[in-house]
Formats: sequence, C-alpha cells, structure tokens
Amino acid sequence: MTPFIDALLLQAGYNAALVAIGAGLLGFAAGASGTFMFLRKRALVSDAVAHATLPGVGLAFIIMVALGGDGRNLAGLLLGSAVSAWLGVLIIEWVVRRTRLAEDAAIGAVLGVFFGIGIVLLTVIQTMSAGRQAGLESFLLGSTAGMLFQDAVVIAIGGSLAVFVTWLLRRPMTLVAFDSDYAAAMGYDVRRVDLLIMGLVLAITVTGLKLVGLVLIVAMLIIPPVAARFWTERASRVIWISGAIGGASAYIGAALSASAAGLPTGPIIVLTAAAIFVISMLFAPVRGVLAAVIRHRRFQARVHRRQGLLALAAAHPIREGYTLRLLAREGLVRPDGEPTESGRAQAAKIARDERRWDIAREVHQDAGLTGRYDGLTPIEEVFTADEIGEFDRRLGPPTPVGAV
Amino acid sequence: MGTEFVQFSLTPILIGIFSAIACALPGNFLILRRQAMISDAISHVVLPGIVVAFLLTGVIATIPMLLGAAGAAVVAVILIEAIKRLGNIEPGAAMGVVFTSMFAAGVLVLEQTDTSNVHIDVQHALMGNLESLIWFRAEGWQSLLDPAKLASLPDELARMAIVCAMIFAAMLVFWRWLKIATFDEGFAQALGIPASAIGFGLVIAAAIAAVAAFDAVGSIVVIAMFICPPAAARLMTNRLEHQVIWSIIFATASAIFGYVFAGYGPMWFSARNAVSAAGMMATVSGVFLVLTCLFGPHRSRVGMKAQDDAV
Amino acid sequence: MRRQQPTIAAENGRTAGAALIPATAPLAVRGLTVSYGEKPAVFSVDASFPAESMSAIIGPNGAGKSTLLKAALGVIPRLSGEVYVFGEPIEKARARIAYVPQRASVDWDFPTTVMDVVQMGLYRKVGLLGRLSGRLAGVARDCLDRVGMADFAHRQIGQLSGGQQQRVFLARALAQDAELYLLDEPFAGVDAATERAIIDVLKLLKDEGKSVVAVHHDLSTVRSYFDHVFLINVRRMAEGPVDVAFTTENLQATYGGRLAATHLDELSVVGGLA
Repeated sequence: MTPFIDALLLQAGYNAALVAIGAGLLGFAAGASGTFMFLRKRALVSDAVAHATLPGVGLAFIIMVALGGDGRNLAGLLLGSAVSAWLGVLIIEWVVRRTRLAEDAAIGAVLGVFFGIGIVLLTVIQTMSAGRQAGLESFLLGSTAGMLFQDAVVIAIGGSLAVFVTWLLRRPMTLVAFDSDYAAAMGYDVRRVDLLIMGLVLAITVTGLKLVGLVLIVAMLIIPPVAARFWTERASRVIWISGAIGGASAYIGAALSASAAGLPTGPIIVLTAAAIFVISMLFAPVRGVLAAVIRHRRFQARVHRRQGLLALAAAHPIREGYTLRLLAREGLVRPDGEPTESGRAQAAKIARDERRWDIAREVHQDAGLTGRYDGLTPIEEVFTADEIGEFDRRLGPPTPVGAV
Repeated sequence: MGTEFVQFSLTPILIGIFSAIACALPGNFLILRRQAMISDAISHVVLPGIVVAFLLTGVIATIPMLLGAAGAAVVAVILIEAIKRLGNIEPGAAMGVVFTSMFAAGVLVLEQTDTSNVHIDVQHALMGNLESLIWFRAEGWQSLLDPAKLASLPDELARMAIVCAMIFAAMLVFWRWLKIATFDEGFAQALGIPASAIGFGLVIAAAIAAVAAFDAVGSIVVIAMFICPPAAARLMTNRLEHQVIWSIIFATASAIFGYVFAGYGPMWFSARNAVSAAGMMATVSGVFLVLTCLFGPHRSRVGMKAQDDAV
Repeated sequence: MRRQQPTIAAENGRTAGAALIPATAPLAVRGLTVSYGEKPAVFSVDASFPAESMSAIIGPNGAGKSTLLKAALGVIPRLSGEVYVFGEPIEKARARIAYVPQRASVDWDFPTTVMDVVQMGLYRKVGLLGRLSGRLAGVARDCLDRVGMADFAHRQIGQLSGGQQQRVFLARALAQDAELYLLDEPFAGVDAATERAIIDVLKLLKDEGKSVVAVHHDLSTVRSYFDHVFLINVRRMAEGPVDVAFTTENLQATYGGRLAATHLDELSVVGGLA
C-alpha cells in the first residue's frame, strides 16, 4: 500500500509525479469536454473521432518523410490527426444530413473505413526505409509512462483551453443537447454548435492520443460524463463533476500504475474510471440503481396496498397474490382474504377519501386538480383541512365498510 | 492467374468474402434498428475475450480463443443492456462505457500475463492478417479436386464458410420475425412473437460473425464490414429483400477489390510490398458507400430534397 | 351521500357485481395499474368492453388511453392487474386479437412495400416458414382492397400519406382475421376520406359480429361512431353505452376545467351530446 500512497502524494519520483499530474489534467479536460457529446446522445462520435485520427497520423508521417523531414515530428503528426479526424466529423455530419442513413450507421462507417485507411497507410510506412522505427503503433495503445515535461505542458494548455471553451459556451450547448429544435427556434445555429461540441472532443483526442492511445482516450471522453450524470440533474454541474471524476480517475490510476510493476497506466486509468462509474450507477442517491429499485418496490407496494384496500372497501375479492400477501403481512386481511378489524378501518378511511375526491372533483372542476386524482396522492396533500371539512359536511356521517 | 494465384490469393479472397458476407447479413438489421454501433462494441471486446481464454487454457488454440471472444461479446451485450435499462443511459454511451472498460481490462491482463513465449498480438487482433492465410501446398486449380491438397487448406476458410452459411440459414429461417420485430416491435409483441429474444439473437449472430472474422480481417475492419455494405445497399433499394442481396454484392466486391488492390495495387505504383488487405477491404467498402451516398437511387429520405423514384 | 351518476359505472363500478369478469367480454381488465416512474399513468382500472359493438376509450391527453391498450396487450409491462380476452388470459387469446398501433410508432422509412406490411398480419398464421402464396396472398390483397388501397400494393411505405399509412395498418389488422380489434388512435391526423373509409370498415366488422375497441380523441364523432364509451383520466371515470355514459357531467369529470367547458359547448351545438 505504501508505494501507492507515495505515488498518490507525488513522492514516488519525478517521473511518476509528472505522469500523475499530466494524466490528472488530461482526465479533467476530457471529462469536462466530453460532457456535451454525451448529453447530445452522441457519445460514440468520440470513438469515431479517435479512430479517424489514424490515417492523418500515417499520411502526415509519409508527407513529412517525402519532404525530407523527420516523420516523427509530434506537431506534424498531431496536425495530421486533427485534420483527418475533422474530415471524419464532417463526413458523419454530411451523411446524416444528405442521405437517409441514420447517425449510428454514419458514425460506424466513418470509424471502420478511416481505421481501415489508417492501417493501409501504416503498412505502407512499414515498407518505407524511414518507417522501420516510426513507432506509430503507440498511437493505438498509447505510452503514458513515457510522458515528458513538455507533454504535460501541452496537456495543461490544450486541456485548459478546451475546458474554458466548454464552460464559456455551456448555455448554447446545453440548449442544443436538450432540445435542438427549440435552440434553432431561439436563433442558435444548431449545426455550428454541434460542430463545436465535436471540435472540443477532437481537441482532447489529439492532445491525449499519443499518451493514452486512441481506444483509451475514448474511455476518458465517455465514462466520466456518464458517471457524473448519476449525481446531478443539472447540465452545468455535470461538466464539473465529470471533470472531477475524469481527473480523479486519471490521477489515482497513474498513482496505482506507478506503485507496482506490470500495471500499464492507460488501462489502469480507464479501469479506475470504470470503477467510479459502477459505484455511481449503483449507489448515487437519486438516479442510482439501488435507490431506484428501492423506490420502485416501495411504489409498487403502495399501489398494491391501495388497490387492495380499495377492493376491501368495495367488498371485491382480492385476486393478486402479491396484494394479498402485502395486506396479510400488515394484518389488514386474514390469509383467506377476509378483512380484519384494522383492515376494515383502513378500507373505510380509503373509501371515505374516495368519496371526498368525488365531491372535490365536483366542486373544483379544474384540470390541475383532477390531474392529481391518480389514486395515490392523498387528498390532504391537495386540499386544506377546512376544504376537506366542507367535503365531509356534504358527505354526511361516515358509513361502515360493507354497507355501501 | 495460375498456380501462384491459387496458392497465395484464392484462399485469402474467399475468406475475405465469407467474412464480409457473414458480417454484412446481420448488419442489414442492425442499421435498420439503429444499432449499428453494437458491432463497434463487439469488435473491441474480442481482445479481452481471447486474452481471458488464453489465461484459462494456457494455450493459443483457435477454438478456445473463439469461445472466449464469443463469451466476451455476450458479456458485453448483457452489460450494455443492463446499463441501458438500470441506469437509464442512452445506448451509445452504455456501449462506450462497456467496451472501453473491457478493452482496458484486456490490455491490463495481457500485460500482467507472461505471454513472452506466445503470440498474442494486440495489433494482430486489431488489424487481422488476411495475407498469411495462404494455401501453400496448392499446385494450381487442379488442387481443388485433390483431397490430400484440400486437407491443407487453412482452417480459417472452412470455419468462415460454415459461420457464413449458418448465419445465412438463420436469417432465412427467422426472416419474418426479424423483419416484423425490426419494423414494428409493438405489433410483433401483440402477435406473441418474442421480439426481445429476436433482438438478442441478432446481436449474438453479429457477435459470432465478428469473432469468426476478426482473426482474418481484424476486429476494427469488421466494423466496416458490418456497416458499409448494408448502408450502401440501403441507398440502392427500398425493399428489404433487395437490400440484403445488394449488401452481399457490396461485401463480396469489397473483399475481392480490397484484396486485389492491396496485393497488386502497390505494384502499379512501382512499390514492391503489398499493403494491408483487411485495411484495403474497409477502404473499398467506404468507397462504395460514398458512391451510393452521392449517386444511389434511393439515397434520400422521402421528403428530402431529391425524391425517390417509384419502385 | 354520494350523488348517483347516471352511468353503468356508478352502478357497477364499486359493487360486488363488477368483480366478476364476464366470460363473454372480448376484453376485460381488472385492477390494472401502469406507471412510468413514480406517477401512475393508469391506476387500478377495471373495464369490460361489450361484444359485437364498437367501444371508444376517451380521455384528455396523457390520461393513459394508449397506455391502457398497450398494457392490456402486454406491449408495456403492468405494475398490477389482470387482463382477460374472451375470459382467457391474454397469452392464450393472441390469435383472437388484431392490433393497430399508433401510426407514429414505426419508422416509415423502413425498406418495405405496402403488401409486405399487410402480410405481417398473417405471420402468426403462417409461422416462420409457411408459404405465403396462393390463398393467403389473396387474403392480403382482399384486405388492401377493403381499405381502398389495392392499387398501392407495391408502393414503398415511405411514399404514403398519413391517411394511407393508417389504412395500411388497418388492412394488416384485417389480415389477422381476429374477433377483437384494438386500435390506437386510428383517426389521428388522417384526412376526411380516410376517416370515412376506416369507420366504414369498422362498422362492417361489427356487423360481422366482431368487437372493436379504439382509443379515440375526437369527442364530436363519439356519438356517431361508437356504441360504448370508456372514460379515463388515469382512473376510470365512467363506462357504459354512449347514450348513458357519454354525458356532460362525465366528460367534465374526466376532462375537468373550463377548457373542457368550451369544448362541451361546441359539442352540444354539433348535437353530439345527450
């Protein structure tokens, strides 16, 4: 455990500290900038963007070698990857706009075809004399541990820019993600906002490509926003929570990876993010699965209890086993379905509320109130005590169950 | 087109064709159900699948690896479905979470395992190795009639042919259910047709096709084969039956032209070495798709600018 | 005391008699509750639709009309309740039901023809591999003819107008050759000619002894089209023959508010209301 804590506290050497800080920055930027791609329900465009960088990398290498330069010049390779990924984005957009194909088909086609072209170019490079040690394969899986100081600086600058733009333009992006038709009606250029969202993802992809590789940068763009969504209902908060989750998983992942041999940084970061996702999905207070299951079971019990009491009040037999068990457990019916004393009392109360509602709906012929007449909302929640008193006055004295 | 062709090109081309068709057939329904990206998810989890299979069996053998990959695909599909329903997350994001995590787990396990003396190669899984599937002992076309020579055909050929035939047969048998569950799921359920089971079966068929094909053409190019031929076919016709036939044509043509361009194309530019055949197959399928996007008779949605002609 | 409403509902609804499911009722539900999340869309609804007649399910938007139908068919899950078709559980009676979903529920860009869609109504009968030629092909053509779409058999479905799409869906249901026809908003967004064509077909079905239950939203045509109404706003509001249950009071209880009041004035001008 100590090596891990050392790494967490940046005490595990210069290189490990650099990797942890750089990865943390990248994770934060990716999480924040990926938010709107997810909210726009286009998370997998990130995947297409990442795969579409490959032909650009290959082509840039070939061109730089052909011009007599060093094919491994990082700036040139990144420029190439940005250009081809942007071309991929434009093609996706063009196919969806101009043909009957749906977005998912366009995304998948661009992803597969661009990657295919990239592989063709990589095999071309392998046959070039300069290509033997090109090392372009690291673009596939990344080489986080080999991070240099200048890489961390590039990430810090590029990442902050992307986060800043995300924050600056969060309102139009939220509008477009929530309801693009409404955004268009308000005068926003939906197409340009969409391109901006994709541009942000592209910027992060290009920044992080060399370090974590193209498959794993996708994870950093998708997993944190999805996890963050479980914790809040507000888009502006998703940005920051997602950034925090991305940053934390990258930082912790990098520290974990530095603490033992044979733990490659990229995958560990992704798996840390995945773990945070699982925790969020299961245990988040409102949207989490556990909370939802408990809520649903409670709701179902409430419905069945109420329906059972309504049936008792009307002297109908209760046929559904679950309803019967539920009422029996509360001592409201005997196992044969006959109501007990307290069952009769509860049923009488429910029957009375039902009759109160009848009066209420007669008195207040108002769509807002009738909408609350859903069988579950207690009448006390909708009307004041004196209003209910007035209903009771009209109803007359209570009648025992069975005498209806 | 003699001995050399039979030795070095015939089997890769056939394997390419069978792989492309096996993927394109389920792809037709996936694109109509807006589930094209499930192929992306499946093809990424092939790597963790084979790594786990290697860990469990300790050997690099075809059958355990295929089973491992298929198992991983099933696990991925179930996880995606669970996240979609339980977490109320849109399908694309659910897929993204699952396949990137599983891929990362695969890479991690690979690094943890001592695989120095065996050959599990991430690049190989991603890019495939179609060119190596040659029929070295063939001596020309007459070898096709020689049982001894036929026995030395690469295993991948028979495997891919069987998978392709099985998927085709399953599609024919379940044609009506597939069609109705894709077009109108509610009506299918009202008829008592197991629409969700059909949807799951379709994804399983896609997983089988992907797993069988990845070894030859690589897991990423598989995505192109799932999507490009059916998507191009959709723009050629307004009948599902014709769309499937067109997708088979595009898949076959992508495989043949892809292999030919990869093997012989560089020579036309006086380069000596061939380029990746699998990559070229994906490239050619993309060219077909672009051409149909530009000129396909039924490229536009009704109500869009260019109207379709009456059928 | 509770004011007696002049409906079957008031007499039947909460007395012991309605607890029994009439074996002859083409469609009966008991205690049906469906919820989307924490809000019931349909709460504890009892309903029983009469045989050999045309019934309308009526209620304001979001009142659970379509939900009731879909939950009865098992297309969406129910939280509680039971469904009987001709006295049998729904699973045993699927062959006796034909269903017309909402037109907007499918992708009309699907690559298929009018004839193909109508033949889908025969899929249960022919199974997976049974031949769809000869007599059965004739059935599909007849069904198209009955909705006046015979000439469009080989059209791509994306080229149809809204009304034509609705007719194709009706033809598909006819091909199912059922005893009970469930329709989800069959008149929504269709032209006047289509509305007439559809109602003619449905009335013919009734004359043949079939039962029709339709989700309906146009109050002005209830009286002329239907024999029986079921009023719903999450809960059952009233149910009975049109003459008895389709009253201003019941509608006001179902729709609530002044908005409905102006609506009702229009209706009484048209003469639709009792």
